[in-house]
Amino acid sequence: MTLLTPQEQFLRAPRRWPFKLAAALIFAAVMVWSSSATQFTGAGLGGAQIARNILMGILQPNTDLLFNFTRQSVLYLLLETMAIAYLGTTVGAIIAIPLAFISATNIAPKPIVLLGRLITIAIRTVPVMIYGLMFIRVTGPGPFAGLLTMSLASVGMVSKMFTEYIEDLDKGIMEALDAIGCTPFQKIRYGILPQLIPDFLSTVVYRYDMNLRDATVLGLVGAGGIGPPLVFAMSSFRWSDAGAILIGLIVLILIVELISGRVRRKLTRGV
Amino acid sequence: MISRIFKPKIITLPNGKEVKQPRSMLPLVVVVFLVFTYFSIQLTGFNLTVLITRINHFFFILGEMIPPRFAYMNRVWDPLLDTLKMSLLGSAIGAALAFPAAILAASNIVKSKIIVHLTRLILSAVRTLPTLIVALIATFVLGLGTLAGTVAIAVFTFAYIGKQLYEIIETVDMGAYEAMEAIGIKKIPAFWLAIAPQIMPVYISTALFCLEGNVRHAAILGWVGAGGIGLILNQRIQFRDYSAVGMILLALLITVTLIEALSHFIRRRLT
Repeated sequence: MTLLTPQEQFLRAPRRWPFKLAAALIFAAVMVWSSSATQFTGAGLGGAQIARNILMGILQPNTDLLFNFTRQSVLYLLLETMAIAYLGTTVGAIIAIPLAFISATNIAPKPIVLLGRLITIAIRTVPVMIYGLMFIRVTGPGPFAGLLTMSLASVGMVSKMFTEYIEDLDKGIMEALDAIGCTPFQKIRYGILPQLIPDFLSTVVYRYDMNLRDATVLGLVGAGGIGPPLVFAMSSFRWSDAGAILIGLIVLILIVELISGRVRRKLTRGV
Repeated sequence: MISRIFKPKIITLPNGKEVKQPRSMLPLVVVVFLVFTYFSIQLTGFNLTVLITRINHFFFILGEMIPPRFAYMNRVWDPLLDTLKMSLLGSAIGAALAFPAAILAASNIVKSKIIVHLTRLILSAVRTLPTLIVALIATFVLGLGTLAGTVAIAVFTFAYIGKQLYEIIETVDMGAYEAMEAIGIKKIPAFWLAIAPQIMPVYISTALFCLEGNVRHAAILGWVGAGGIGLILNQRIQFRDYSAVGMILLALLITVTLIEALSHFIRRRLT
């Protein structure tokens, strides 16, 4: 076999242009179809003015709202949002643990696995807002409804990830512990828990991060947190109030993201 | 630092050698967890008795939704397709914008630290903005309707894919790129020939993954008037027309499942 020059090698490259062209055409067709829904309504003629107002509101926030400690202040609302996300994540994780174990193929028999997965899918299907409305009937509007909504909304993802970790358990460790004569309790304590706890905690911390971001959505149905004041401030065009709340929220999320990233790195890699 | 506060336990082995066993952090973690939980319960008004005695109300709306009113389906088609179009176009625009942003944020391609950190800061800041709030701002600036929803989805997709993509770009094999630069190929063609083929599958796969989530998200956007299926969902909920709500949710569930199946299929082919 003769050695090819780079030029010849280049010309021998697999010809994939028909496939690429087809993909591009399909993509273009889909885009044309989907842009048909987007029409300029014309109501946005004053848009530039409003955009400037929003920007001014963020640049000149209502510092009075930002830095006092009453129940309407940004700090209190952020604290409440954090508490909702914290308890919501915790309750969600607690519900997710049994669900994850019965959905793991290496733990539970097949019919039960199927049942566990069905429950998880069913919980994931209903949008968060609907859960919000359902819980408000139970508890009345307020942060309590918010945390219950958040816990149910977390279950789907958390239990799916827990299941994956359980299925990845290293069987060798269990067999080794068996061989040296450990009791079932000791096997769980020294064989299973050390493998699962870092990954479980890391998932929960990640979910807390997500829940904090999603907490604004709950406000729309009246389930507490920072959402309602923000939406009210914006719909009544109080831009400096909205700016204060937005700044608080952004700073909080950035800080939590930083800390949760550190914690998760420490948990999974030990550094 | 922690090991200085909690001195490790020193065990003297039978041969006289001393080994250090780090103290368990468990008691500290449990105390912190309990303190957080206590304050969160105080802040959110968590009440187990209310939950247990009134939980039957939780299923009230669910009971009303079943069976869904199938006759309502002909009113669902248009908003559902609008939602789909919004998500498709928004995801495509966001993904397209994310590509150059990710390159600017990748420290192995762009050597200027200022540009890299500035781009990352922008990506982080955009990511902290809740999608719903972006949608609300978009409805103020661009008017009510699907355009606002498309913009909100594009903004969210941009921030999400931008972050994922620059992390991927930073882990690619730089060998081919450096070789091309060494023989005098300009930066952009070298990137296109050496790095783009490595990141393309992951890029498209991330974009599709984002699209899946966006279809779910788009359902919520209607709440603030940003068009799509959320609009009729909100309206039906206010009229307490729960059998129609059931129909909308069923239609949404089928759509999301179809999109997910299609995207899974394409993503499996890609990688």
